[in-house]
Amino acid sequence: MARRARRPHSFYPLAAFFILFVLFLYGPTFTIVLLSFQGPDGGLTFPMNGVSLHWFASLFEQQMVGDFAGSFRRSLLLGAAVMTATVVFSFLGGLAFRRGFRGASVVFYLAIASLIVPSVLVGLGIGLLFRMLGWDTAWYSSAFGAHLTWTLPFGLLIMFAVFNRFDRAYEEAARDLGATPWQTIRHVVLPLVAPSLIGIGLFGFTLSYDEYARTLYSAGSFNTLPLEIYGMTTNVTTPVLYALGTVTTGVSFLVIFAAMTAYRLAEHRRARRGGIGRSAANMAPIEIES
Amino acid sequence: MESVHRSLIGRNGAPPLERSAASRRSRRRRFALAPYLQIAPLAATLLVFLVVPIAAVIAVSFWDYDTARLIPAFIFTNYHDLLVDPITWDTYLQTISVAFLTWALTLAIGFTVAYFLAFHVRSKAWQTVLFLVCTVPFWTSNIIRMIAWIPFLGRNGLLNQALLHFGLIRQPLEFLLFSNFAVVLAYVHLFTLFMVVPIFNSMMRIDRALLEAARDLGASGRQSLWHVIIPLTKPGIAIGTIFILTIVMGDFVTVSVMSGGQRASVALMMVNAMSLLQYPAAAANAVVLLAIVLGIVGALVRIVDIRKEL
Repeated sequence: MARRARRPHSFYPLAAFFILFVLFLYGPTFTIVLLSFQGPDGGLTFPMNGVSLHWFASLFEQQMVGDFAGSFRRSLLLGAAVMTATVVFSFLGGLAFRRGFRGASVVFYLAIASLIVPSVLVGLGIGLLFRMLGWDTAWYSSAFGAHLTWTLPFGLLIMFAVFNRFDRAYEEAARDLGATPWQTIRHVVLPLVAPSLIGIGLFGFTLSYDEYARTLYSAGSFNTLPLEIYGMTTNVTTPVLYALGTVTTGVSFLVIFAAMTAYRLAEHRRARRGGIGRSAANMAPIEIES
Repeated sequence: MESVHRSLIGRNGAPPLERSAASRRSRRRRFALAPYLQIAPLAATLLVFLVVPIAAVIAVSFWDYDTARLIPAFIFTNYHDLLVDPITWDTYLQTISVAFLTWALTLAIGFTVAYFLAFHVRSKAWQTVLFLVCTVPFWTSNIIRMIAWIPFLGRNGLLNQALLHFGLIRQPLEFLLFSNFAVVLAYVHLFTLFMVVPIFNSMMRIDRALLEAARDLGASGRQSLWHVIIPLTKPGIAIGTIFILTIVMGDFVTVSVMSGGQRASVALMMVNAMSLLQYPAAAANAVVLLAIVLGIVGALVRIVDIRKEL
């Protein structure tokens, strides 16, 4: 009976450190979720003065906290649009890099630059550019582009990682069986990379939904949710702030959960299809021998 | 598979008989065009929303302005005014020192967490679960996570209540919220993940046989950490460092929320200039900041080869 090797002594302090780190990550958020259920007389800190949904109710009253409902709707729409564009552009970009094209390294360095140029600079630049051209900035045009500069590099890097591990044999088999390039992508490549595309979608939506620095000068006259929240931090001193935090964090968790469920479903499907694909590949040498 | 393919098209690459030369040519042309069409949306987006805006910032940094409008020109006044102002130097110094402190803390914490995950968690499933636990907060709102510190750090916050309760202090500590302390704490809270992920990634690529070899040769745990793991983790550390430094150097949200407007940062200085409609002044500051950030990244890439991590 092989006994598991004993854990080294260093395991225990490291495990304790890790647990502290996780508490550090989640503790504060957990606290404001708790405090958002303050009674109507409760303040920004403990103790709880009763338990109520009072602050959630006042969140939806227009005058109380600015335009929460409108900014929430805009952020969801923008997030969905950014997510879609990120998935499509990154997937196509990944295909292009795989084939190779002139100027590939320029585009690659641009994508990296997009990650490391401070966000505020991108927002500032877009704001200035629109001003110089005499165009109005708006959340669905300039802010949309600003968000893409943040989400596309992540999407592209994920596609690189995916295609690095992608077995070309599947595509060659499809081609040999007479599939057109479009059919190969549609019926072979796309199903195989679907789980990763869901991951890219998760990045696309959540990074956009929470984006602030690039949005400030590119959103125009209507706020997105993070801008609205930022405005509230300076002038709202009631637990309604926490209620807002609880709602947005709830949305984020919902999205993460949905993405992970979709990811697992896609992986499951891929595993089934991958099994078929492998057996087909195994049959190939037999054909030659005959 | 490759051999199958070759046997079908013949040893010297002769085309299969059933395809006419014309269809092959059109096929080849479409093939050559395809990658350009595929990269076009991404490249166009980066061109329009990254390259041109930054060019606009650089151009405007040389422009003149008055209270009402921007005046196209080629003057160095904006840079001159910026660089002779002692406030500029103080602000840069403040931002750089905060960035350095944040870097040191996130590196220490991020390395430890990644090390634990990579080398002490043995089952693959647990490793994935614990890694996800670390990454989930990354996908939630940063501003909300900053606000979440208020009930902890405020004058009547949990920390002060606890310290008072245990008699460790007599008066509530005032420096907890709205201070450099709060700003750095928030940075560490928000951005340590940017260290954990690349370092963890590097560590997972280390061949475990190397560690066994080190052990067989008599290396202690500390020695193999210092002589095997850390050198092989350097690219991950470099990528994490780039993330942390560029984020912190360009940040104004965290500084303004966590310091309650009592501390400055370079980006906050730009934002303030923008709100006074001094666009060229803000642009000149942005160009200086960009030059410093790119300089740091360039130096790091020279020291550590990060390309193999990508």
